[in-house]
Amino acid sequence: MAEYQNIFTQVQVRGPAELGVAGGGAELGRTGAGGFSNLLGWIGNAQIGPIYLGSWGLISLVTGIIWFNIVGLNMLASVDFNVAQFVRQLFWLSLEPPSQSYGLSIPPLNDGGWFIIAGFFLLISVCTWWIRTYTRATALGMGHHVAWAFAAAIWLFLVLGLIRPVLMGSWSEAVPYGIFPHLDWTTAFSLRYGNLFYNPFHALSITFLYGATMLFAMHGATVLAITRFGGDREIEQIVDRGTAYERGALFWRWTMGFNATAEGIHRWIWWFAILTPITGGIGILLTGTVVDNWYLWAVEHHFAPQYPAMLGFGGYTGTGG
Amino acid sequence: MAMLSYERKYRVRGGTLIGGDLFDFWVGPFFVGFFGVATIFFAALGTVLIFWGAALGDTWNPWLINIAPPDISYGLGLAPLAEGGLWQIITVCAHGAFIAWALREVEICRKLGIGYHVPIAFGVAIFAYSTLTVFRPMLMGAWGHAFPYGIFSHLDWVSNTGYQYLHFHYNPAHMLAVTFFFTTVLALSLHGGLVLSATNPPKGKEILTPDHEDTFFRDFIGYSVGTLGIHRVGLLLALNAGFWSAVCIIISGPLWTKGWPEWWNWWLDLPIWGN
Repeated sequence: MAEYQNIFTQVQVRGPAELGVAGGGAELGRTGAGGFSNLLGWIGNAQIGPIYLGSWGLISLVTGIIWFNIVGLNMLASVDFNVAQFVRQLFWLSLEPPSQSYGLSIPPLNDGGWFIIAGFFLLISVCTWWIRTYTRATALGMGHHVAWAFAAAIWLFLVLGLIRPVLMGSWSEAVPYGIFPHLDWTTAFSLRYGNLFYNPFHALSITFLYGATMLFAMHGATVLAITRFGGDREIEQIVDRGTAYERGALFWRWTMGFNATAEGIHRWIWWFAILTPITGGIGILLTGTVVDNWYLWAVEHHFAPQYPAMLGFGGYTGTGG
Repeated sequence: MAMLSYERKYRVRGGTLIGGDLFDFWVGPFFVGFFGVATIFFAALGTVLIFWGAALGDTWNPWLINIAPPDISYGLGLAPLAEGGLWQIITVCAHGAFIAWALREVEICRKLGIGYHVPIAFGVAIFAYSTLTVFRPMLMGAWGHAFPYGIFSHLDWVSNTGYQYLHFHYNPAHMLAVTFFFTTVLALSLHGGLVLSATNPPKGKEILTPDHEDTFFRDFIGYSVGTLGIHRVGLLLALNAGFWSAVCIIISGPLWTKGWPEWWNWWLDLPIWGN
């Protein structure tokens, strides 16, 4: 146990800031010379910046700030612009979607109109930020794996706020903006549709969520354990496997009879991570549109326990779906 | 047999914690060791007992098989096998198997001369499991407060336990745990995506370097944590997800018995808000 266990960086080396690789115009549009943070240096790189802004980044930031301000000002208005009450009730405050009666039409500003406008700006902000991930990878001659992973998260975002409300015929189906209100929405959604735990795609999404967390613990811990052999130089280990990844691979082979490779583990984790929102989005999309009560659906498909008729399910006859 | 091309030179003796050379061998790709034998013993016994419990139940549908802990009336005592006693022995077996597995990982780390990060991380997961099945039931005075072993029955338990506290999303430790889970997956997708994008550039282009990875992330968000740092960040996020999950359930009951939304009243009632 007396050996060195890699936990944090004990000696920080400071040179001039890395300004980033150049070529093909990739260096244009970077701002900030780069500062250093001793605190960050304990965990990872101490250097902060430079950052690339560009026109997509600018649009994304501006629309994102507009969304944030619309939500914040509506919350402030809901407490009559009393700043103390705004701070006090911040977690409870909400910008709610329109009432159900408006369907997919545009409601008055104070009954969901601001919600629609805020959502429009958030949509633009998120999509232009996605374009950044794509164009920055292109500029550097890299693959677009980060952009496609981000797209998987955007799929879930679109299902919740756009696709499902349209299929249900009402913007009132969208998720409210607010800390506790969006949690209330989640619970109400589960209760309304007969317990989301019986939604198989919800189960898959949770499995990938926990699986991804377990894989990151396994991968992060393995790499830290083999850093004394240079295990953190993953690209080098991918193209020219060294003793670091040989030991990491053998650790898992001896433990559970199977191991990934330096590149393969990153494919495992990428798929687990993106399947979390992909399967989750499918589960949300089917709820209320195709299946109205997941518990009864599960009873019908023989994977839920039958509870006594006195609980109110006695008269139910399956209707398919 | 079952050896990788580079494996032979790593298969050295020593590093065991218990048993010396007695169990210091491999079976196929698996290292055995004293704790390998212990794992097999507990896992096999536990599995047999699970089948026994299933046979006592009224279904072989794998989604519905349910082996419940004893009724609350048994308190912290032992129950007859068919009334939760099986659950109790299975829980002991699970602990035996998990802890032996972690110690076997320690032995493998020692053999390979690498850090103990993986068994320590696994220890956090075991801690979360023990919290659910041992620590919280003990604090609440009955094994019946633990969750049942079954695929959908344990989901029902999560649902029911959550609604006992009215709305579990308001549990502050639960909020932290969920946030850590989501953040872990976000960081994981970014790490996996970044490494794959550097090593799998578009057709005809050469493989790229960590400098490109750093540059991409600095262009993207103004900071790159680096090839070493991301693994620390990932491990810390993942372990926090498990740790706060354990905290959120152990405070529900032993520490707080009302609805979780009510817990937040301390904030609303602070004397600083004026009227």
